[in-house]
Amino acid sequence: MKNTLRQIFHSPKFMTGFVIFVVILLTLFFYPLFNPGNPLEMIGVGTFAKPGTYVSLYDALNTSRETLRLSDADDNRLAKQLKAEDRVAMLEWFNAMGIAVDFDISDTDALLKLWDDNYDPATKPKGMTMAKRNYYKRLNNALLQLKAADEIVLADVNAETKALEETGKVNKTDYVNVGQVANVKLLPLGTDNFGRDVLKELVSATGTSIIIGLIAGAVATIIGLTFGLLAGYLGGIADDLIMFITNVFTVIPGFVLLILISYSIGQDQRGASVVALVIGLTSWTWTARSVRSQVISLRNRDHVNLSKLSGHSLFRIIMTDILPYIASYVVMAFILQVSSGILSEAQLSLLGLGPKTTEVPTLGLMMNWAMLYSAHTNGSWWAYFPVILTITLISFSLNLMNTGLDQVFNPTLRD
Amino acid sequence: MKNEAFKDRPLCLSGKGVTKVFGYGNKANTAVDHVDFEFHEGELVSIVGESGSGKTTLSKMLLGLLSVTEGEIFFQGKPRDISNRKKKKEYWQGIQAIFQDPFSSFNVFNKIDTVLLDCINMRGGKHLPKEKKIEMMTEACSFVNLKFAELTNKYPFELSGGQMQRLMIARIFLLKPKILLADEPTSMIDACSRATILDMLLQLRDEIGMTIIFITHDIGLAYYISDSVYIMEHGKFVESGSADDVILNPKAAYTKRLISDVPKIHEPWDLSTVG
Repeated sequence: MKNTLRQIFHSPKFMTGFVIFVVILLTLFFYPLFNPGNPLEMIGVGTFAKPGTYVSLYDALNTSRETLRLSDADDNRLAKQLKAEDRVAMLEWFNAMGIAVDFDISDTDALLKLWDDNYDPATKPKGMTMAKRNYYKRLNNALLQLKAADEIVLADVNAETKALEETGKVNKTDYVNVGQVANVKLLPLGTDNFGRDVLKELVSATGTSIIIGLIAGAVATIIGLTFGLLAGYLGGIADDLIMFITNVFTVIPGFVLLILISYSIGQDQRGASVVALVIGLTSWTWTARSVRSQVISLRNRDHVNLSKLSGHSLFRIIMTDILPYIASYVVMAFILQVSSGILSEAQLSLLGLGPKTTEVPTLGLMMNWAMLYSAHTNGSWWAYFPVILTITLISFSLNLMNTGLDQVFNPTLRD
Repeated sequence: MKNEAFKDRPLCLSGKGVTKVFGYGNKANTAVDHVDFEFHEGELVSIVGESGSGKTTLSKMLLGLLSVTEGEIFFQGKPRDISNRKKKKEYWQGIQAIFQDPFSSFNVFNKIDTVLLDCINMRGGKHLPKEKKIEMMTEACSFVNLKFAELTNKYPFELSGGQMQRLMIARIFLLKPKILLADEPTSMIDACSRATILDMLLQLRDEIGMTIIFITHDIGLAYYISDSVYIMEHGKFVESGSADDVILNPKAAYTKRLISDVPKIHEPWDLSTVG
């Protein structure tokens, strides 16, 4: 027993999977301690805020300022303002005018210099529409404003005169220390369509999904194990009957069954645990089949015969003489069932048949929301890519652990 | 046909037309084909045959581990009734077995104490005080030259094959059945341990007066220990009778062949007769 455990923890495959899974579990445990709060709290008003550090503008204005004269500040400001599509449009204008651009358009200095030298709102490049020409005019005005503006005047309404009065100015050279700004919010994965912190949601969703996987896996393993043990050990009519039921379930595609059951339960009744139960109830068949075949090979062994001759009951023989011998196999089947349970939940939720959307986030629900709000077409990768990565990592680690165990328990499979 | 020396003893186990067919239709395979037998109390019977002759199937039917397709088995003169668990349990108090492979005979997850305690429980000793149980287990172990103090809290796989088979006999010593079915108990064991184990079996028979049904492929061994011998070929008994009759005056061709296949020390072994 000890030796087997040592072998398991020396298997590189098992250890890789185990470490990944433990890291995920530790994150699930520790992240909420450092970042408490409701994961479904809508902190953003808009949809899909980009990942990054958000600094409160209001607080920044009220923070004591330092003056820093940085030579490249203007260039940086312009470069950040000039969007990629504007640069491409400028290149198109140059092309239309037959001006050679022999530098990279990400070089803001050179691009603006060429633009200043050549752009004339009066010119009409051949074949350019009015709308396009107006776009260039707006672009030019914006650039001019950016360069001309020197300072921003802060004004407030005077309570007595009801007139705007200047209360302060923000110069281009004014800086505040981020550490001194009262409100700075780090959103490592931005916000989702409802303005919720994606990372916090992801951690909570991963926890829920793993629990769904565990419940589904446990239900499937218990049903499969019970049926497999009974069919294999009893044989005869019991075997025929159980295998008939198993075959019926096997023939109907599990996923279709899952969709139908989930649909008929209805949105209101579908909590996370109900979905887990439904997944478990539809995925036990292959556990039953494989446990049965293992039990059939065990039931005629001498130690089982000896146990029968000792007058042990059917239950005791199954529990002490059969089950321990297939325990390693059952553990492996359970791990695979957990993995497939998590995937099934993701599939169901993606179709909108997962747990109801108001209570807990799950990995599948996050994908569903991202898809409904077109995160994949508007470039909001942070709303779905981390979710896909998490699902992949979980099932990868579980499958790796399973393969590692398989190699320890079935040495002939070792490569 | 019968061994005359035992005919006055009461019948312990007998069978009429006992048949076992595996499968059905085209795939039907008759493993045991209408065999009749009579085993008397205190008799040591050997059933001899080569692999696949149906010895083990017959033994499993005798033990009640396999159902009988046709025919009937009589236990102590009455038709055997093992229709429910309670009756089976009663039957198994009367008949026990030692299997061929000691390494696969024990549940590797159970300690030796559990194996022996089961036997005490089966004999109705469930409520005996702990000291009494330990005393009984120690007695059983010392009968087979094992020390219970050394075995307690050990697992069967920590013992050697010979020790395991002796533990099996300790089990029988505790159970004291009417019939012991020994299915090639010495075939996986080296020659030295073999003699010890056979000796213990014979001693046990004399002590508790049980019938031993000894199943073997080794006709020499059968001659050495048995009172009666049944020769089995393709699921049928081709010859039976007292050991002296069958071995010294074989009538069936199969028996003659089996006897000629036994290698003799000091004589070159004529391999041309084999097979």
